[in-house]
Amino acid sequence: MKILVCITHVPDTTSKISFTDNNTKFDSSGVQYIIGPYDDYALARAVELKESNGATVTVLNVGTSETEPTIRKALAIGADDAIRVDAFPENGHFVAEQIAHIAKENNYDLILMGRESIDYNGGAVHGMVGEMLGLPSLSPVMTLDIEGNTAKMAREIEGGKEYVEVDLPFVAGCQEPIAEWKIPNMRGIMTARTKPLNVVEAVDTTEKTELKNYELPPEKGDCKMIDPDNVEELVDLLKNEAKVL
Amino acid sequence: MSSILVFAESTDGKFKKTSREAVSYAAELGGDVTAVAFGDIEQSELESLGNNGAGKVLHAGDDKLNQGVIQAYASALAQAVEQTGAEIVVFSKSSLGDAVAARLAAKIGAALASNVVSLPDTSNGFVVKRSIYTNKAFVNVDMKEGKKIIAVKKNAVGIKEDGGSATVESFSPDLGDTDFAVKITKTEKAEGDVLLPEADIVVSGGRGLKGPENWDMVEELASELGAATGCSKPVSDMGWRPHHEHVGQTGVKVAPSLYIAIGISGAIQHLAGVNASKVLVAINKDPEAPFFKAADYGIVGDAFEVVPKLIDAVKASND
Ligand SMILES: Cc1cc2nc3c(=O)[nH]c(=O)nc-3n(C[C@H](O)[C@H](O)[C@H](O)COP(=O)(O)OP(=O)(O)OC[C@H]3O[C@@H](n4cnc5c(N)ncnc54)[C@H](O)[C@@H]3O)c2cc1C
Ligand SMILES: Cc1cc2nc3c(=O)[nH]c(=O)nc-3n(C[C@H](O)[C@H](O)[C@H](O)COP(=O)(O)OP(=O)(O)OC[C@H]3O[C@@H](n4cnc5c(N)ncnc54)[C@H](O)[C@@H]3O)c2cc1C
Repeated sequence: MKILVCITHVPDTTSKISFTDNNTKFDSSGVQYIIGPYDDYALARAVELKESNGATVTVLNVGTSETEPTIRKALAIGADDAIRVDAFPENGHFVAEQIAHIAKENNYDLILMGRESIDYNGGAVHGMVGEMLGLPSLSPVMTLDIEGNTAKMAREIEGGKEYVEVDLPFVAGCQEPIAEWKIPNMRGIMTARTKPLNVVEAVDTTEKTELKNYELPPEKGDCKMIDPDNVEELVDLLKNEAKVL
Repeated sequence: MSSILVFAESTDGKFKKTSREAVSYAAELGGDVTAVAFGDIEQSELESLGNNGAGKVLHAGDDKLNQGVIQAYASALAQAVEQTGAEIVVFSKSSLGDAVAARLAAKIGAALASNVVSLPDTSNGFVVKRSIYTNKAFVNVDMKEGKKIIAVKKNAVGIKEDGGSATVESFSPDLGDTDFAVKITKTEKAEGDVLLPEADIVVSGGRGLKGPENWDMVEELASELGAATGCSKPVSDMGWRPHHEHVGQTGVKVAPSLYIAIGISGAIQHLAGVNASKVLVAINKDPEAPFFKAADYGIVGDAFEVVPKLIDAVKASND
């Protein structure tokens, strides 16, 4: 089985988000980058499937050379090789075109992604890639088991879940509790250095959206403290001041 | 007038609140609004989308379309786009909406913007504001391509009600086996009356509540407020509460009018999932808990003393 896992290189979840150049550029100074948390779940499940069912795991990132440490981390976690499409991931559509192009050349049995990126929160790349390849796409997938040529999954629906079956190949956007995040061990880190990381050029696409500028939400006011012996005041404030009750 | 299509999601034959938001948004855009609805839904419910601004409802009532068949919905919507000549398709952002919108965008070659919180500014292009970095920022994007798909963020637009009624037309899209490649074998619905992603009030508990046996008071407070219950990630990781209640960066993102956090420290990843709420209340015994920096109202105290008192106070005010 050949598994492709698509990973994003995103600011750590504790990062302070700010912008420069007149609010047109993300300010990356002091920001730590990580594998997107949802993508990390997808990767962890792929590595488990490799161990249980036998598979090769390829990680793919569309990004500039800055993302290589993040890709190496995925290799340390257990992927066998990696592909970096050398381009700035301008938007979900651009990224999907790149992934679909690579997938067409390599015939993967399973393409795993995160349910959404934590920078742009599009939740769209898996669906687009599925459509571009003419394959089923599912998201958000909470459990995934493979027997022979068939996958059994639980998909989250609002307020519950749905159990589904589909034949390989297909595309899935993953979320917990599909697997537990894996921390690379020393051996993994050592072997990751020599695993293949192929850099390929991007294919041309038509631009469908253009970024204008960023905005930050308005500053939050102070928190009004209420005496724990006077919780009636809270109910009164919620009713008459905030008007939410 | 331009033609606008709306994907009107329903569960158990009822339109979701967010579908009414999407229809209202489409009506604000100004054009002929046609909603597309799938599965078993009664005539009066279909017509009721007129109240939110739909002129027409295309109803694909086939039983096979009752459940979230992503590919079939995308194929059907592409046919509806063709049939109505729609230039814009509006979705509400949800796990199903995302999945369908993405396929439709690729199918019809449309520009896609998701998590949209504003009407477009058409003074120079077609610029919409999107929420990004899990509610920590916004970006303004110009949607260039002819056809456009907009997925509206929950609670970002008001529901309009003008007493109208929509005409209902039956719609029989041409669907094949590949549209039903994914077989849905079973559906499990969570218990409780109020669904977390749609709730107007959420009462949420964290590790400070010590164990699952202490959730009775959380549920009682929620029931007095007509609220849904949520929790922090460790609480669902430890199995104290089901996964679909996990709120935050890696869980459900909520945007209720009121979010009450009990015994939750206020880690940045938790806040990312709640800071689109209108009013945040924190109850925590530690005055230094980071949640107080994000909250509008706070009580420093032991949850096991404060919450029962709060339940009484809410009961008293409900009477
Ligand atoms: C400075 C800056 C400017 C940007 N400008 C724009 C813009 O104008 N418009 C816009 O829509 N986005 C923009 N992006 C976002 C960027 O394109 C996204 O991070 C991502 O590549 C696609 O966004 P998404 O949220 O739709 O992905 P989603 O659909 O949420 O991603 C789902 C899954 O797809 C996979 N995936 C997504 N991106 C990649 C990738 N690059 N490589 C490999 N797998 C991936 C992952 O598995 C991910 O979990 C910008 C990002 C930055 C940092
Ligand atoms: C990549 C990543 C993603 C994450 N995603 C999420 C996410 O989506 N959602 C999420 O919630 N977390 C997420 N986390 C975890 C997050 O960092 C925190 O660890 C978590 O939110 C803490 O949960 P908590 O507040 O319930 O527990 P704690 O941090 O242990 O806080 C418990 C709080 O309860 C208070 N308390 C204790 N006893 C009482 C009492 N008797 N009465 C009142 N208060 C009391 C304490 O003062 C404390 O503030 C993520 C972490 C990472 C690294």
